[in-house]
Amino acid sequence: MDLLNAVVALLNFVVIPATAYGAQLALGALGVTLIYGILRFSNFAHGDTMALGTGFVILVTWWLQSMGVTFGVLPTAFLALPFGIAATAAVVLLTDRSVYRFYRKQRAAPVILVIVSMGVMFVMNGVTRFVIGVDEIRFADGAKFLINANEFKQSTGLAEGLAFKASQAQTIVTAIAVVALLFWFLNKTRTGKSMRAYSDNEDLALLSGINPERVVAVTWIIASGLAVIAGTLYGLDKSFKAFNYFQLLLPIFASAIVGGLGSPLGAIAGGFLIAFSEVGFTYAWKKVATYVLPESLAPDGLAQLLSTDYKFAVSFAILIVVLLFKPTGLFKGKAV
Amino acid sequence: MNMRNILLFAGMALLIVLEGSTTFGGLFGGSWNTALFILNFGLLSAIMALGVNMQWGYAGLFNVGVVGFIALGGLAPVLIATPPVTEVWTTGGVGRLIFALIVGAGVIALAITLNHRLRGKVRLVALCVTLIGGFFLYRALFDPAVEVIEAFNPATNSNLGGLGLPVLLAWPVGAALAAGAAWLIGKTALGLRSDYLAIATLGIGEIIIATLKNEDWLARGVKNVIGIPRPVPYEVDLQSSSGFIEFAARFGADPVVASTIVVKLLYAVLFLVVLLVLITASELALRSPWGRMMRAIRDNEVAAEAMGKNVTGRHLQIFMLGSAVCGLAGAMMVTMDSLHNPGTYNPLRFTFLIWVMVIVGGSGNNWGAMLGGFLISFLWLKVESWGPAGLEYLTSGLDPASPLREHLKDSAAHMRLIALGLVLLLVLRFSPRGLIPEK
Repeated sequence: MDLLNAVVALLNFVVIPATAYGAQLALGALGVTLIYGILRFSNFAHGDTMALGTGFVILVTWWLQSMGVTFGVLPTAFLALPFGIAATAAVVLLTDRSVYRFYRKQRAAPVILVIVSMGVMFVMNGVTRFVIGVDEIRFADGAKFLINANEFKQSTGLAEGLAFKASQAQTIVTAIAVVALLFWFLNKTRTGKSMRAYSDNEDLALLSGINPERVVAVTWIIASGLAVIAGTLYGLDKSFKAFNYFQLLLPIFASAIVGGLGSPLGAIAGGFLIAFSEVGFTYAWKKVATYVLPESLAPDGLAQLLSTDYKFAVSFAILIVVLLFKPTGLFKGKAV
Repeated sequence: MNMRNILLFAGMALLIVLEGSTTFGGLFGGSWNTALFILNFGLLSAIMALGVNMQWGYAGLFNVGVVGFIALGGLAPVLIATPPVTEVWTTGGVGRLIFALIVGAGVIALAITLNHRLRGKVRLVALCVTLIGGFFLYRALFDPAVEVIEAFNPATNSNLGGLGLPVLLAWPVGAALAAGAAWLIGKTALGLRSDYLAIATLGIGEIIIATLKNEDWLARGVKNVIGIPRPVPYEVDLQSSSGFIEFAARFGADPVVASTIVVKLLYAVLFLVVLLVLITASELALRSPWGRMMRAIRDNEVAAEAMGKNVTGRHLQIFMLGSAVCGLAGAMMVTMDSLHNPGTYNPLRFTFLIWVMVIVGGSGNNWGAMLGGFLISFLWLKVESWGPAGLEYLTSGLDPASPLREHLKDSAAHMRLIALGLVLLLVLRFSPRGLIPEK
């Protein structure tokens, strides 16, 4: 029995990584859910918007680094973030103008818009690969660790090390700030209120003089901002690879649906639920179990429920269970 | 078939003939080998497009897990045609594995029964106990069996092998495997909204691919299965047969080239037979009362339900049929390559590209889907060579050593994603009913 070491191991391998990953998923799912609430379709291009935006951020980061500009202990990518968001928002608004608006005017069925977003996904995927390539890119600089595993071991005398990567701390702090800002915007400002009104009842909102094109444009800008931030944080924490961002689509959608499509609070809850289940199911619990259980009960194998290659299966299973038993999600999303 | 459609198909045939016969300033390959490769690729794609068209065109079901059903069909040639690995067919190996799979299925069946019979809190507790207990029981039975199987001869086997039956038998089996998976996913997700079905199928596709990549006992995972038996003769056998050398000499052809062309032609004939059977069957079905009912359901579910049609049941039926056709195409593709390589199953290539084919060709129309299959395959394979050539021409003014030119040349392969995405967007916008619209 060694509870302290067990707690440290749990923090190190499960709680901290899952919290950071959950924050990244939540930011991604917020974008999906906002677009669903206002534009009423599932945007399949969201993963590739994240990839494209992160690509812009990486390019600006490289340019800043070549000019000798860095951001001290923080990664230079944070300086590049506003440029990345601006560029991505411009691309997305241009896409809306040239592609989506036509179908909106026609009041096309949501499934047609989903197929259209698939076309946009193709183009964005190609552009990302064209601009930045398919290779894995690491662009994190600045301080690496907030708490270093070895130093932690030495200073506490525990057998287990606790590593808290700077990228994880940055992810969590940024996510809290962004979410607070988003909720303030949606609940307190005039534009935010008009967005919520439009999402609740389109016809009523139009009658009260809300300009739909403006609401849509603001939604796209916010969604691309969220996508670029989520993508950059994910890239800083792990690494950037265009195809991985496409694959993030499934956990992101699962988060948004589990929380209830169209519900921002639900997207955040869903993101953390998916992240913790993914990490929990694929983590090898042997280490924690050996600390907690008496020696005779300690497991022989890795005590891993699923191999990490099946992490999609976890988000998928949660998705199916929620859809079967609570089809509008945990936080009462909308069903179009 | 009216004049316009015949012309469209004739144009498509002309493109393939041109690819074989002329180079036309580098626009075409000028090799019958590549022309036949494109033809076979097109035949397979046309079959896949027919499958997706059944789901989307007839019934309006949005399936974005096509890659999973194709991959599952591709598993069949390995399980049916490769020689059995008799060494692992023991009680501790395959016997125990089959027992574990039966137990796993039993646990799920029990959970479903409990879900129907019980209500309230009791149901929740009973379900949790059954599923969690069942999971650990299954793993306890399953893991040792897998260890036994994977330990045998890892360099060439480490899987349970096949049944050693003729490979053509694997085609219907591949279709059946895909239909089975479609039944499972359809049962759970078809009653839900269209977006949810899309996400659910996206998920099942990813899971099937992950399973094929990681379950080495099944089909060696990413270690690939090579040398799957073929339904046509091998090129080397042809080259050493005196009859064939004489036959080639009569055309004045090199026996090596002739053998590869003959093999590709034989595959093309096999695939063409399957395609013709499928398109005849689908056309007959679409014109029958059943086809009219499907379209009625697609156009107005509520009205069709009010007329007493079983909407969910019909949806499940068409979802299984379409997936079976995709699985059939997957089995045929693996047979042609005689290679099972799950690493190549990319959703962009095997899901979204098939969707582009259906939409460009004309959703709801079998001939349209077929034409889309041929045309988009042709473009997909040709843009790969046109992209670099075009960039070479465009950047010829730049310094050959300039890094920009190097970068552009390296990324030119990704041109086809952009090109096909644009084709999809333009067709959806300006000709949403496709090249051959539904009547």
